Amino acid sequence: MGTIIWYLIPALVMFCCGVYGFMTRRNMIAMLISLELMLNAVDINFVVFNRYLYPGQLDGMMFTLFAIAIAAAETALAIAIIINIYRSAKNIDVRDVTRMKF
Amino acid sequence: MFSNILIYFVVIPLLMLAGVALSRNIKQIRAVAVVGSLALTTLSVYLLCSYLALRGNGEAMQFVEKWDWFKPLHIQLAVGVDGISVAMLILSSIILLTGSFASWKIEQPKAFFLWLILLSTGVFGFFISVDLFTMFMFYEVALIPMYLLIGVWGSGNKNYSAMKLTLMLMGGSAFLMLGLIGIYYHSAANPADYTWNILEIVKNGSISKGWQYFLFPMTFVGFGVLGAMFPFHTWSPDGHASAPTAVSMLHAGVLMKLGGYGCFRVAIYLMPEAAHDLAWIFLILTGISVVYGAFSACVQNDLKYINAYSSVSHCGLVLFAILMLNTTAMTGAIMQMLSHGLMTALFFALIGMIYGRTHTRDIRLMGGLMKIMPFLAVCYVIAGMASLGLPGLSGFVAEMTIFVGSFEHADWFHRAFTIVACSSIVTTAVYILRVVGKLLLGPVQDEHHLSLTDATWWERTSTVTLILCVAAIGCFPNFFADLIKFTFSPQIFSVLGMN
Amino acid sequence: MDFIIPLLILAIPLFNFLLLGIGGVKMSHRLAGTIGCIGMGTVLVLSYYTAFNYFFSGNEAFIIDGVRKAATIFNVTWLEFTKNLVIKLGFLLDPISAMMLIVIPTISFMVHVYSLGYMKDEKGFQRYYAFLSLFSFSMLGLVVATNIFQMYIFWELVGASSYLLIGFFYTLPSAVSASKKAFIVTRFADLGFLIGILILSFYTQTFNFADLTNNPQNVLLSTGGATFLGGSVLTWALVLIFTGGMGKSAMMPLHIWLPDAMEGPTPVSALIHAATMVVAGVYLVARMFPLYLMEEFALQFITVVGAITALYAAIVACTQIDIKRVLAFSTISQIAFMMVSLGVARPEHHEALGYMASMFHLFTHAMFKALLFLGAGALIHAVHSNNYTAMGGLRKYMPITHWTFLIGCLAIAGIPPFSGFFSKDEILSACYSQSMFWGVWMSIVAGMTAFYMFRLYFLIFWWDTPDYSHHHHKPHDPKFAMSFPLLFLATVSVFAGFIPFGEFVTWNGHEYTIHLNTVIAVTSVVIALLGIGAAYVMYSKKNEWPARLAGLVPWLWTAAHHRFYWDEIYLFITHKIIFNGICRPIAWFDRHIIDGTMDGFAYITNKASVAIKGFQSGKVQMYVWWYLIGALLLGAITAVCWM
Repeated sequence: MGTIIWYLIPALVMFCCGVYGFMTRRNMIAMLISLELMLNAVDINFVVFNRYLYPGQLDGMMFTLFAIAIAAAETALAIAIIINIYRSAKNIDVRDVTRMKF
Repeated sequence: MFSNILIYFVVIPLLMLAGVALSRNIKQIRAVAVVGSLALTTLSVYLLCSYLALRGNGEAMQFVEKWDWFKPLHIQLAVGVDGISVAMLILSSIILLTGSFASWKIEQPKAFFLWLILLSTGVFGFFISVDLFTMFMFYEVALIPMYLLIGVWGSGNKNYSAMKLTLMLMGGSAFLMLGLIGIYYHSAANPADYTWNILEIVKNGSISKGWQYFLFPMTFVGFGVLGAMFPFHTWSPDGHASAPTAVSMLHAGVLMKLGGYGCFRVAIYLMPEAAHDLAWIFLILTGISVVYGAFSACVQNDLKYINAYSSVSHCGLVLFAILMLNTTAMTGAIMQMLSHGLMTALFFALIGMIYGRTHTRDIRLMGGLMKIMPFLAVCYVIAGMASLGLPGLSGFVAEMTIFVGSFEHADWFHRAFTIVACSSIVTTAVYILRVVGKLLLGPVQDEHHLSLTDATWWERTSTVTLILCVAAIGCFPNFFADLIKFTFSPQIFSVLGMN
Repeated sequence: MDFIIPLLILAIPLFNFLLLGIGGVKMSHRLAGTIGCIGMGTVLVLSYYTAFNYFFSGNEAFIIDGVRKAATIFNVTWLEFTKNLVIKLGFLLDPISAMMLIVIPTISFMVHVYSLGYMKDEKGFQRYYAFLSLFSFSMLGLVVATNIFQMYIFWELVGASSYLLIGFFYTLPSAVSASKKAFIVTRFADLGFLIGILILSFYTQTFNFADLTNNPQNVLLSTGGATFLGGSVLTWALVLIFTGGMGKSAMMPLHIWLPDAMEGPTPVSALIHAATMVVAGVYLVARMFPLYLMEEFALQFITVVGAITALYAAIVACTQIDIKRVLAFSTISQIAFMMVSLGVARPEHHEALGYMASMFHLFTHAMFKALLFLGAGALIHAVHSNNYTAMGGLRKYMPITHWTFLIGCLAIAGIPPFSGFFSKDEILSACYSQSMFWGVWMSIVAGMTAFYMFRLYFLIFWWDTPDYSHHHHKPHDPKFAMSFPLLFLATVSVFAGFIPFGEFVTWNGHEYTIHLNTVIAVTSVVIALLGIGAAYVMYSKKNEWPARLAGLVPWLWTAAHHRFYWDEIYLFITHKIIFNGICRPIAWFDRHIIDGTMDGFAYITNKASVAIKGFQSGKVQMYVWWYLIGALLLGAITAVCWM
């Protein structure tokens, strides 16, 4: 079990970086990248736990694949939204996009 | 499925909906509405005859049938009628018919009639159902169109009224739904046998007394809100005041009866022990309704408000009598439902017609209408006389049955409340005569009114039909009393364990 | 007896009502009037036939061994409350209902005929006849009721037709408010009646008059000694039922509607508010008399109410200006005589003489009071005013009216041989036989009756002749349609006193011969003559006496003129206390407290959502902060709980 921690620590670091980036960056593209970081950190966790805790099963792997596919779609969608925002606002600073409230 | 006569009470309105949707002009819409509601009236009279032929067979309900709808939750479409539901079906179809005539010249007729007929689909479905779930569903179907009908076609402060009415009734439904689900989970000893079917629940009799104490108030209040029970009645004045004519007619005439009917059919029928023990709480509330509504009506100046408060008083009497838990009073309650339904529909029809001419409902601004529109005025006087309980019209027989029945209780609590309720006959006379005196009699108040015309033929049809029904109940009460009482006598009271 | 004729007696007026009410708009005045009169004439013939059949046929059903029996001609179930409590509509024939079958159609027919002339050019003539028919139907239904609930039903119907007829001139605000007042006041009294019926029927389990009155002992037993607030329930029931009678018969303090009811057409006042409907209360008590005998208190209550009302109305009648109001108060006073007479009737005193006397007076009073009212109608028609100030010296202009009116006045004053003398004398004997106090009291009132009636008579027909020249034509006697009823009723008023009433109407059906008590007869005639003499002195010529006398006790005169402020008291109670003190606060409570609570819920929901909507700021990164904090908190809580 000693080795599992060496996979989890980088994943944790990646996740925290993602959270930090998501909360501090103003550029939406950068926020999207941070989001990817978080997602991938979770994916790593899935694979690692599957590999070490339930070596006979493939559920974790499947989930990871699933998550990757979703993330791809989601990224495409997010970029499309961001481009549209850029077209109308000439700006992709997240602080300026607060119209969707209340 | 279509071999059962009852199912046509839902099928015909659905066909009417399709017919109205396909109509191209107002004439076709009117034709669909009138033909459809005539068909419903005929059907309900036919049902009455076949019910009378069948009723001696010892069953609690006739034409009982059920079809599974959603097996895992035991939801069925179960139908069946007894004398009370037959009476209510006749009432509903007559009011739909007269309501169609009363909305002859409505704006946006297509949408209006679509919603109106959807509303009546709910009403008819409610009265034929014996399955709590479908009953509740139809109940909601009847409520929702009301919001749009008032909100779009209403007058005055209609947004507020529509919202208030819908929210308050929905609030009542929330209680009701809790109660119904509670009943479902105690409907049988074994979870596999759980059922929503009223007849089976009664047969199982497995709702423990403790649960009854909890579920009875839930369902009674739930339906009581619709029956305008004090203090949950305030949707009624505003709602009625803003609603268009036909909607007021259907709402006060039929929809408020759903409340009383539900209180009886669900709350009391299924939970008789709790009803017996807790009736006093609601007797106080309904007793207050009776007097309070009458006194409030005395000082209103808007015709519809007067009538709405009068409805609070009369419907309070319905619930009051139901809670007396004996055959006579309950018979009176159902007769009062019929009577009030017809008479208040007549009132609202007439008020709509008067408002359509004078464009005001403030009695201070009108006067001497007897001279200008004698037909409508005479009808109004007849409606008023029915309301204040003149013998020969429906109000009298219903009220007297209620009072005699209520007086069967020998204790001072019931006595006192009966006498208080009796006193409403005086107050009713006060507000009715006040309106008649100010609105119809005396000198003409407004010169502009002199050029107004009397009723048109469709308005005459509508009012005369209602008057004939009111007089029929008033002159031959025993037929109706017997129809209703027969339902109470053997089966229900063996369940209730009362006289 | 066959049921067809009794059924027709009820059915014809009802049919006429529907015919004239629905089809009247399309009819000419002449046709509507003819239909009304022919219908009523038929009823008159049929009910005379029925009544004579009852009294004289000697049929086993009606009389056995000289005792008159009540016979139920038909009785149809109308509404079943419970197995025992069933409302039936039927036709009961007994001495008093047979007597009423003579009184009502007679007066009603006379009024129908009279109205042909009186109402000739009024708008709504057909409607008027329709209402008259409705009233006749209801009143006949009331008197032949076989059970107390049937009586209540028709009781309400006569109230409604009275409402419709008082408000006949519906464009006049005064008529509208008078009709409203009449209906509401009597409705209030009917509430008592209804509760009384409920109490009585609860204990006896029957509505039937036969069951109630044939065996009053059983009724008393059936209450099982139940009491309420110190009175037995039977007393309560009877007093409450009498309350209904107080309302209809305008006893104090529920008399206030009757003077105002004079706003209706005068023939209506004659029919409804003098001869028939207002005696319904007396009839009710008479109908239940055996039961009332069981409760001494109820009878005493009736006596006291009647005696006070009689005096009160007599005092007020002396000061009124409107001739119809004088007659209205005199009606109240005379009905009170009948009430007192019932109240003092006891089987141990001359076989309940008071009962017979009361019915006798009801009969004679109906005739002469209808006569007086119809005469007043002729006067009003002639001078176009209700006030005696516009009249005077009319004896020269209107001889028929004058003579018939005089006969009416003599009859009501109790001068032999006119009918009122005999019936009033019986009432006074009944009072004296029960107690000296009531006897003297009623004698005084009888004297006042003579005074105020002759005051009226002299003021109208003598006094000072005003200038009639501004009228289109001089006042003159009415045409035949109107004078025939006057002559007919005057004839009846002269001779009706000689009817041996005791042979027909007694409380238990046993025949009874009337004896004139010489002492009482002489005294009362002397008192009446004194009253007439006083009136003659004061009013036969224009002089200063009346004004001087009024000035002597101005407060009494003013108070009496204002009817002792009863109307003001009622106005205060209804408007200030009930409307402003109860209705308005309730309406306010409803608008502000109940509605306020409901609106308050909506308001709170609204405010709460406004308060928390700030979280939904649109700043995506803030959401993450909140999410993170929440997640950490949850984590921390879980950890704490877990540890």
